[in-house]
Amino acid sequence: MNRFLISICSRYVQVVITMFAVVCSASAAQSGNAFNPSISLILNGTYGAFSKDPSVYGISGFPLGEESEPGVEGFSLGETELSISANIDPNWYGAFTLAMPGDGSPGVENAYIQSTSIGDGLTLRGGRFFSGIGYLNERHAHTWDFIDTALPYRALLGTQYGDDGIQIRWLAPTDLFVEAGAEWMRGDSFPAGGGANSGRGTWSGFIHLGGDVGSSHSWRAGLSYLSAKAINRESGATDFFTGTSKILIADLVWKWAPNGNTYRRNFKFQAEYLQSSNKGDFTPGGASATPYSATSSGWYAQGVYQFMPRWRVAIRHDQLKTDDPGVVFNNTTLDKQGHNPKRDSVMIDHNFSEFSRVRLQYNRDQSQPKVDNQWFLQYTMSLGAHGAHLF
Amino acid sequence: MKEFMKNIVMLLAIMAMHPVSANVNVFACEPEWGALAKELGGSRVSVYLATTAFQDPHHIQARPSLIAKLRRADLLICTGAELEIGWLPILLRQAGNNRVQPGQPGNFMATKHVTLLDKLTSVDRSQGDVHASGNPHIQTDPRKIAKVAKALTATLAKIDTTHSVEYDRLYRDFDKRWQAAISRWEKDAAPLKGVKVVVHHKSWVYMMKWLGIKVVASLEAKPGVPPGAGHLSQILSQLRTEPAQMIIRAAYQEGRPDRWLSERTKIPVVVLPFTVGGTDQASDLFGLYDSTITNLLKGRQ
Repeated sequence: MNRFLISICSRYVQVVITMFAVVCSASAAQSGNAFNPSISLILNGTYGAFSKDPSVYGISGFPLGEESEPGVEGFSLGETELSISANIDPNWYGAFTLAMPGDGSPGVENAYIQSTSIGDGLTLRGGRFFSGIGYLNERHAHTWDFIDTALPYRALLGTQYGDDGIQIRWLAPTDLFVEAGAEWMRGDSFPAGGGANSGRGTWSGFIHLGGDVGSSHSWRAGLSYLSAKAINRESGATDFFTGTSKILIADLVWKWAPNGNTYRRNFKFQAEYLQSSNKGDFTPGGASATPYSATSSGWYAQGVYQFMPRWRVAIRHDQLKTDDPGVVFNNTTLDKQGHNPKRDSVMIDHNFSEFSRVRLQYNRDQSQPKVDNQWFLQYTMSLGAHGAHLF
Repeated sequence: MKEFMKNIVMLLAIMAMHPVSANVNVFACEPEWGALAKELGGSRVSVYLATTAFQDPHHIQARPSLIAKLRRADLLICTGAELEIGWLPILLRQAGNNRVQPGQPGNFMATKHVTLLDKLTSVDRSQGDVHASGNPHIQTDPRKIAKVAKALTATLAKIDTTHSVEYDRLYRDFDKRWQAAISRWEKDAAPLKGVKVVVHHKSWVYMMKWLGIKVVASLEAKPGVPPGAGHLSQILSQLRTEPAQMIIRAAYQEGRPDRWLSERTKIPVVVLPFTVGGTDQASDLFGLYDSTITNLLKGRQ
């Protein structure tokens, strides 16, 4: 068996060496882009109205990562995103996204390189990027169908799990879309934290299947696993967690468009189930480290219908539940107060063009026992290079 | 178990190293390029069509099925000039296929081999969804197809050198039939010269120039912006003073605004295939133009 692996490995080493030789001798490759690099800017702003103060938002029984607030009361500038990307040379593609929150310091959201020349379905990526786990995780906020992410993502993945590391993806040479991937990450962001194991303590694996059914239907389904290690992970400013979170995600997306022509009418169904098993020591604000072991889970399902060009409506339901970690955690963040958080949302948006959108959304949010009625009005516009979006 | 794993690894190694089919696997972004590849590659090519005549090539989703197909392609044939900018980059980045990346022989963009109309010196989206490099809808002029055919033959010969003689023979045969057909279409379409038409999108600039047809109005106020009520009534009053002889629409485009205008002006709507497969008659490249000219002549009466 080892001999086969070695023969495959040596083949790739050979390919890589040949590639470098080719690069040295070949003239510069033609880029398909009219602009090199392509630069785009996402502008977005919101008006929010909440029946409960959003600054004291929490989800009963769940420690939350950074930027987990549901929004800001009144007018506020959302996140402005500057993206620059291009083929670096015939072997590499590079992408960079700077996220600038309206009221905070800018941060590097994505900065990665990705191989383009290995072939045989293999793609390598390195740098900082959103993990390929789940369906929603990899998608940038401006491509979401709602203003906010699903509750299970907010509660279990700190909205979106992105970190520094490497990723390998392999696509099978079959008509059915079969993609497998694995990642090895630093472990600095929620649900990981502190760069455990000298900055290499977190890993993930995922498999995606997909295809078409006739000319009007297409789908993608996935299974993902994330093992995240945390050392003194801060949540809610006063709590700390040291231990492991093992997260399992199942996702399904089904899209419909008459004859595959999405321009006039189309429908998208999307559902995901997330389960997180946490084991370690939890230190609630002001108390001492206490052994903690609990499993949390959640799911959401949503449907988005474009009923005529430029107009879409959507509904979504989110639900969460968690084990009771014991009386020792009463009156701490982990105290679920006998409540299973849930939320229902409706949304309508209008696209003036492919590049500009205005959205109205209502959430009946029961993240905590008392209902919070949340209203949002949002614009999201992109200028610069024409975007290409993931399925 | 060990034996089973060994077999799996062997199978993966074989799949990775040997393409399943000896043919050139062609991934055609639009049906016209798939049809051209069949004409020029004959039995040496297997063609997969990424889109149909009933889909708007500007708005295709980067579906998993397309990524899976591009994974095994030896040759990617697209229009280029940013027509596929909303979906092709995703396919290229996710397919893990080095043969079809930009700069490789397997990455063939048809618009690179012809001179484009409507090139812009300044691009500003206040003009709508315009393409900086020019109007990409070159398949509406058969003389452009002839130029692309020549370039595509060279590409096929480069990718599959062992059959280059056969590609050359197929090209010469195709070009002979094609040039004869162009003469026939030009003769048939002579009565269309100077005819005034209303179009839906700026899809036909090359055909209009070829046949001398005059576009007096476009239902899209700006490219890519769906026809609005205000703009439609403006066209309506314009047509009352300056009538047109037909309203032209591609098979994939929405028929409602055309019917609205047609009912009020009594100007007939003519549906054109736009690409191979758009009408029953347009079953191949020759049928595409046969059908287009037949429908236009019918609309003129």
